[in-house]
Amino acid sequence: MTLKDVALKNLRRRKTKAAFVFIGLVVGVSSVVAFITLIEALTHDINTKLEQYGANILIVPKTENLSLNYGGMAIGGVMYEMQEIQQKELRKIRTIKNSANVAAVGPMVLGAVEVNGKKVLLAGMDFGEIPQLRPWWIPQGQFPVKEQVLAGSEAARILGLSPGNTVAMNDRTLQVSGILERTGSQDDQILFAPLPTAQSLLGKEGRISMAEVAALCHGCPIEDMVEQISQALPGAQVMAIKQVVKGRMEALDHFRRVAYVLSGIVAFVGGLVVLVTMMGSVRERTAEIGIFRAIGFRKSHIMRIILFEAGIISALAGISGYLLGLGTTKAVLPFFSESQGIAIPVDPALAGGALGLALLLGLLASIYPALLAARMDPQEALRAL
Amino acid sequence: MDFIQVDNLVKQYGDSPATVTAVRGISFAMQRGEFISIMGESGSGKSTLLSMMGALNSPTSGKYLVEGIDIYNLGQEERADFRRKSLGFVFQSFHLIPYLTVLENVLLPFAAGKEKRAKKRALAEEALIRVGLAEKGDRLPAQISGGEQERVAIARAIVNHPSILFADEPTGNLDSKTTREIMDLLKHLNEEGMTTLMVTHNPECAYYAGRTLRLSDGFLIEDEDRRREGGNGRSLGEIRARVSRAETLGPFPAVHGRFSRSMPREAEEG
Repeated sequence: MTLKDVALKNLRRRKTKAAFVFIGLVVGVSSVVAFITLIEALTHDINTKLEQYGANILIVPKTENLSLNYGGMAIGGVMYEMQEIQQKELRKIRTIKNSANVAAVGPMVLGAVEVNGKKVLLAGMDFGEIPQLRPWWIPQGQFPVKEQVLAGSEAARILGLSPGNTVAMNDRTLQVSGILERTGSQDDQILFAPLPTAQSLLGKEGRISMAEVAALCHGCPIEDMVEQISQALPGAQVMAIKQVVKGRMEALDHFRRVAYVLSGIVAFVGGLVVLVTMMGSVRERTAEIGIFRAIGFRKSHIMRIILFEAGIISALAGISGYLLGLGTTKAVLPFFSESQGIAIPVDPALAGGALGLALLLGLLASIYPALLAARMDPQEALRAL
Repeated sequence: MDFIQVDNLVKQYGDSPATVTAVRGISFAMQRGEFISIMGESGSGKSTLLSMMGALNSPTSGKYLVEGIDIYNLGQEERADFRRKSLGFVFQSFHLIPYLTVLENVLLPFAAGKEKRAKKRALAEEALIRVGLAEKGDRLPAQISGGEQERVAIARAIVNHPSILFADEPTGNLDSKTTREIMDLLKHLNEEGMTTLMVTHNPECAYYAGRTLRLSDGFLIEDEDRRREGGNGRSLGEIRARVSRAETLGPFPAVHGRFSRSMPREAEEG
């Protein structure tokens, strides 16, 4: 017979009271777990979706000129001297602190060429990175390989191009590998060629006009990445496509804050349930505690019995609360997102946190009742019989 | 040095002017192996005196020494240790823990100690044998009779071989047959050397002790010492004989109303 045996026997006897404490804690812990898991799952889902929107960082040469171009409309027709970045410089992007978050780097060389007597913008790109940078592109035909071009829909219409045609530019003849379906962007007006082909056509070997970066921003502040790339490429101007990034982060942050506040309230109420139930339990056990004290249990022994009981219930509630929280998230996730089959993250840290939270709540809320019990005058307690 | 020394103990409850004085300056000494009964009407202060001697209640003034140690100079936790190691309590209402078996109830004082499990169990089984309940260790208190519950309470009180056994109306809830069995048991334990202090209303029970202190209104009004030289009152055989003849010799002296100063002469001689 030890103090633990006494506590365990008492728990078995007072199942209803134990169940109240257990339920109070499970509700608190599972709510917190459900909120956190839901946020994590949604954040992951939103990030995955936003990554499909393509590049979110632009790298352009530093210039003293202001743009006379707005929404694809060029004003005044003045052509400033175009500045360029050395292509090999781009390798430095892979050396930044958050390089793990860099999903794709798309170098681009731009230059004007004359096709059928019309000036047209030729863009050289790395087509290997297109699935990440332009996931919405649908070519009729193929993406171009060496000595081929892909034509934007408007460019193809104006220049009368179709897949299989040849097109002459700068004394070279290239084959049209495909036509892009209409994107509604500036891409519709452009001819695209593989980067080396375009560089040699434009006489810009080893140089690029700009680069696009697709950053996976799950857990990385995009501003930090912009800063890191700026430091790696001092000659370039690095910009985040802020509307996309900021918007999604703010929405998530609001949701996160509301969820944390709600979790806190539910956990607090759970703690109150534990407190009230444990107070009731201690009052019910006045006589018993009197006997314990009379036969020589120290105050600390009484506290240990009560806190051990609370600890056992809390540990069970922590584990159950974690599992229930995951289940709840799984059940309610379809109401928050239209995506199918979102994975619910199983995070050992969260499981440990849930156990810790249950123990913290259960023990904190039991300290006062345990103190009351320990301070009970044995003579008074026995008289209560 | 006296084994126990009670020196001018006073206990008051409540604040002035509504102060109630339960014990008004009681002094006496007790030797190792003695069996003392304390008698008195309800409210005479006997239970308060017992609770102070059991270190459950602090006196308003006065001293209480056990083997020269001033018990009320000890801190609360040291007093708890003193109760656990040196005292055994038997309560009127048994005060068993209903969800623990008989054996577990007897083991309870060890729950707060550091003894080895096997040793605890051996001592508890020995205590149950001494009270005649060796076969009922796995029963719950609700599954045994009142007399057996009292025996369990006695086993729990003696399991740690205490220096002193305190009993507060140990037969208050028992019929006369069971009362005699329990008193026989207490007397037997006392004959084995257990120093015993018992509060009782029942003059028949008081007769088992070698000495009776009578209290009235918080005062010690009589200290009747029936001990013989070198002994501690009557032997269990003598007591049994007297008790069995109680019906023909007339009842034991009443405790209500005026106190008898001693047992009736014919009882003493018979």
